[in-house]
Amino acid sequence: MVIERKWKKWLMFYIPMAVFIVFTLFPFYWMAVTALRPDGELYRTFRQANATPFWTLEPTLEHFKGLLQTTAFPKWLWNTMLIAIVSTIISLICGMFAGYALARLKFKGSEFLGTIIFITYLVPQTLLFIPLADIIRNMQLGNTPWALMLTYPTFLIPFCTWLLMGYFKTIPKELEECARIDGATRFGAMIRIIFPVAVPGILSAGIFAFTLSWNEFIYALIFMSSAELKTVPVGVVSELIRGDIFFWGQLMAGALLGSIPVALVYSFFVEYYVTGLTGSVKG
Amino acid sequence: MANVTIRSLNKNYENGFHAVKDVNLEIRDKEFVVLVGPSGCGKTTTLRMVAGLEEITSGQILIGENVVNDLPPMDRNIAMVFQNYALYPHKSVYQNMAFGLQMRKYPKEEIDERVREAAEILGIQPLLERKPRQLSGGQRQRVAVGRAIVRHPEVFLFDEPLSNLDAQLRVQMRVELKRLHERLETTAIYVTHDQVEAMTLGDRVVVMKDGWVQQVGEPLELYGKPANRFVAGFIGSPSMNFVDVTISEAGGALWAEAQALRLSVPAQHQERARAYLGSHLTLGVRPEALTLASGAEPAGCCFDTSVDVVEPLGNEILLNFRAGGTPMVARVDPAVRVKARENIRIAVDPARVHFFDEKSGAAI
Repeated sequence: MVIERKWKKWLMFYIPMAVFIVFTLFPFYWMAVTALRPDGELYRTFRQANATPFWTLEPTLEHFKGLLQTTAFPKWLWNTMLIAIVSTIISLICGMFAGYALARLKFKGSEFLGTIIFITYLVPQTLLFIPLADIIRNMQLGNTPWALMLTYPTFLIPFCTWLLMGYFKTIPKELEECARIDGATRFGAMIRIIFPVAVPGILSAGIFAFTLSWNEFIYALIFMSSAELKTVPVGVVSELIRGDIFFWGQLMAGALLGSIPVALVYSFFVEYYVTGLTGSVKG
Repeated sequence: MANVTIRSLNKNYENGFHAVKDVNLEIRDKEFVVLVGPSGCGKTTTLRMVAGLEEITSGQILIGENVVNDLPPMDRNIAMVFQNYALYPHKSVYQNMAFGLQMRKYPKEEIDERVREAAEILGIQPLLERKPRQLSGGQRQRVAVGRAIVRHPEVFLFDEPLSNLDAQLRVQMRVELKRLHERLETTAIYVTHDQVEAMTLGDRVVVMKDGWVQQVGEPLELYGKPANRFVAGFIGSPSMNFVDVTISEAGGALWAEAQALRLSVPAQHQERARAYLGSHLTLGVRPEALTLASGAEPAGCCFDTSVDVVEPLGNEILLNFRAGGTPMVARVDPAVRVKARENIRIAVDPARVHFFDEKSGAAI
């Protein structure tokens, strides 16, 4: 491994890596460029003289201005944030307790229960929204943030439960046995020892849950009808595509602004996030 | 300070595995008792039942005068040291040691005093502010012990606490644990699979196998008078040599015979061996009871063989050879000069010969 030809390293590592990075980041770049491009540049053909498809000569913030002034985008951002945070908290709390129980408590049918929970995660949302819509209507929650705060956990809880169950299983049993001998009850040992040790796992479950609910589309589209109450993904698409007219500049500005909070969350917790996925601390 | 009484203790797991079978044990106050045996012998399960971490299927455990069968671990006034140390990774050494006292709502000053006292005993004062991941294996082990002693429990439980340490550190910690026990004078139950640890640490040693207690006794008693073939083979390294022999009578005396081996049955075994006349017994003899014959030994105490392998260890030499159809080892003086394939005459110390029933394995 040590003595390796330089060209080999370039061929096997740097070039594929560069290709991969370009592939991954190009859509984001395209999104950013489109958001900054004046309308005049957006709607002309590539064959025109001076066409610069990959960059812009006159960057402008008018799409952002338009987005913030003519649509309810700030309100959508706030709605999305609130709904994502509340449903993440609900799902995390349920997932922590359920994951702990499935990982640690030996009771009849615990494995079966674990499988069932996993299977519910596999039911596609496009099917599940039908009965859920009925429930939401019966409870008269339609067109309120609660409709989403309570339906997102239907797919977030199974997800959090499974991720956390796996994490709890990697924590040595002796830790809580020792805590119980030290004078804690089972519940106390869970709260004081296991949960603090599992912080990386809990954070990564939280980040995932937050991202999933931030980007969720179907439920948000179906359960929310007034423009004021929409979330970013639905609001941007439903308000900025009118008939067959796409307001590309504002659409991309909305997408860009909408992805910033998620990017921030990831960058803050990225270290925890990696350890959360790769297992817990060693003895 | 308390004695621990275990009465007819049984453990059946749900999958039908009978891990602990009818264990009876009386552990006296301040005594250091070691449970030893191969893996799966039920020693750890027994310890965990004493700790309250494992349900008891039947039987009783008493700490002091109280039956603790149904008490949760926190109410048993015990402390346990685990094989993987089980330090709380998110707490500092100080917090690790203080946790048990905090849970029991001790005043802050007393917690501080006790933690510092324990840290001093164990020589870990400079580490108090560190996190467990910043410590070496030996230091972690000390913290784990410290966490146990700050509580001043009635009973210490040790579950293979030295198994994760390297050989040199293990010997050092072994001595420290022994010193600590003499200083603290607290009842201790110690589980290990290492017979050397068992022999050096224990006031008394309990040998277990397949869930049964094989023998309980002081270390030298186990070594000198093993109750059965398993204990004889398990305690001591290299382990005891065993040969299947046939008992016969000639000239008014009993003889133990095997292929190319004919030894007279020592006087102390004559009477009981007579019952096996014409049938088989297992003869056991420790490596150090075999010496190179000087020629002065009485007849019937020697046999001829040739050396397979010589293992010079410095303070002793191990001679490997075959006799009576099985491989045997003799531990001889390092001054002896013997080469492989050399013909030698081995003398057996008649006072240190054991006989075991071939089927039950019990000593006769």
